[in-house]
Amino acid sequence: MSKKTEFGPPLNPRGRRLEAKELESITHVRAKVPAKYAWAAGTAMSRFLEELKNGKIIGRRCARCDRVLVPPRMFCERCFQPTTEWVYLPGTGVVETFSISYIDTNANRIKEPILVGVIAFDGAPPHCGIMHYFGEVKPEELKIGMPVEPVWKPKEERVGSVLDIKYFRPRRK
Amino acid sequence: MRDVAVLGVGATAFTSQTPEVNWKELIYDAAVKAYAEAGIDPRRDVDSFVTCAEDYWEGFSIFDEFTPDQLGGALRPTMTVCGDGLQGLATAYMQIKTGMFNIVVVEAHSKISELLTYEHIVELAFDPIYERPLSAEREVHPYYVAGLEMNLYLHATGTTEEQCALVAVHNRRQALNNPLAPYGARLGLQEIFHSGYAFTPLKKWEIASRADGCIVFVLAAGEIARRLTKKPLVYVEGIGWSSESPWISARSADASYARHAAQMAYRQAGITNPRRQIDVIEVEDRFAFKELQHLEALGFARPGEAGWLAQSGALGLDGELKVNLSGGSLGCGDLIEASGLQRALEIVLQLRGEAGARQVPNARVGVAQSWRGLPHGTGAVAVFARRD
Repeated sequence: MSKKTEFGPPLNPRGRRLEAKELESITHVRAKVPAKYAWAAGTAMSRFLEELKNGKIIGRRCARCDRVLVPPRMFCERCFQPTTEWVYLPGTGVVETFSISYIDTNANRIKEPILVGVIAFDGAPPHCGIMHYFGEVKPEELKIGMPVEPVWKPKEERVGSVLDIKYFRPRRK
Repeated sequence: MRDVAVLGVGATAFTSQTPEVNWKELIYDAAVKAYAEAGIDPRRDVDSFVTCAEDYWEGFSIFDEFTPDQLGGALRPTMTVCGDGLQGLATAYMQIKTGMFNIVVVEAHSKISELLTYEHIVELAFDPIYERPLSAEREVHPYYVAGLEMNLYLHATGTTEEQCALVAVHNRRQALNNPLAPYGARLGLQEIFHSGYAFTPLKKWEIASRADGCIVFVLAAGEIARRLTKKPLVYVEGIGWSSESPWISARSADASYARHAAQMAYRQAGITNPRRQIDVIEVEDRFAFKELQHLEALGFARPGEAGWLAQSGALGLDGELKVNLSGGSLGCGDLIEASGLQRALEIVLQLRGEAGARQVPNARVGVAQSWRGLPHGTGAVAVFARRD
């Protein structure tokens, strides 16, 4: 890419030309960041993860504003009140928003786009859902408001993670 | 200019581990208590929320964005101070002083048990070009800096190792009277010495163990607070902070950061003779010698005198200077950025007469001092008082 440049002889005849690598060792100091954490999931989220293992999606209801929070939280951030009740959801819902993503983490363009979005659950008000992938659907078929359902990993492969759901697919009649 | 009062405080107990709650639930628990005490609804009454946090302690970036929910601050003015709780308190104090805000909440917490590589994160706070390679090369625990500082302090003041060890004995014992403190113990000098050198001349049990916990303060403009409650109020009379140059090799022996912070706070509060005017004292003691160094920096003793005060029994509930009756960091645990608010909490409880078995009779003026901890030199000082 760069044009080859001719340098003359070194100005200091006793010296020698420095290689780029040698130069870098005194112009930059490199280090890795050894940061490791183990976050407590907490009262509500631990039960959420446990129920994912069982193939169930669970929320918490705020008695004051009647929202069902998914993933569940022990307090409602709008009312600043403790949530009061566990709510098992059928897992079905609608696409609230989505994006067809053509760029990977390393900023490379990818051929098969990744379909990501937010699912609003049946049995919970809008804007109380979760983010996830979509599958078994062509990108051009994805629509806001489209009914979807979860596709679970086989029981023996579930570990108590949001990835226990493989993706959401268009709901079959 | 309007004055600033403490309308409510709330805290969780301090413990070495908190696996049963996540950090949001921990903060929520302390916030609920503070708001109940203040008699306010955060969704309606609070004008601004200040959180004290640092991304590396928390483990994710832009932690500022995660602060609203657990404080009741969603869709309200929130901000994060990357510093100790007393620095957050200073921010809230100034916000009220401007007249733009009437009621401001300050939150500081530690969930440090969730950081698995604490030593490495402390090491990351060293200058990356010169200082860090020296720690990394031989994998020396970064707390060796405390050994350097202590050695310099002992040399400069003539303070003895025994006098420093006494601080650990006192504070662990005083923590037995504080229901929030996890590290209360009856230890003797012999046991402190027996714990062995960690970084000479510093001994292992002169180092505070870390702890999780959360403290929330509700501050209000004086005229608002007086309208909201009939109870006697504790006022913030002065607050100051300062930072030394971060060069470890340029560090002073006398905790200059604390001296400058104290001068700033004392000037505002009209304190000219701290030893006579201040009834209760909470100073930072993550390493036992720091308590003595900080007492001198805050003007409670001349250089080299604090150790003798410790030895003569002058520090403590029965002594002349009521120091670290909460147990300090040695007794309550190193609460990271929440350490300063823990000190402020103790002063508020003492001035209200709510400090239980460790109550100082008729305490009217108190001082809380924080130090952000190794490897740096940032300190803050707040003076509180009752006026009734």
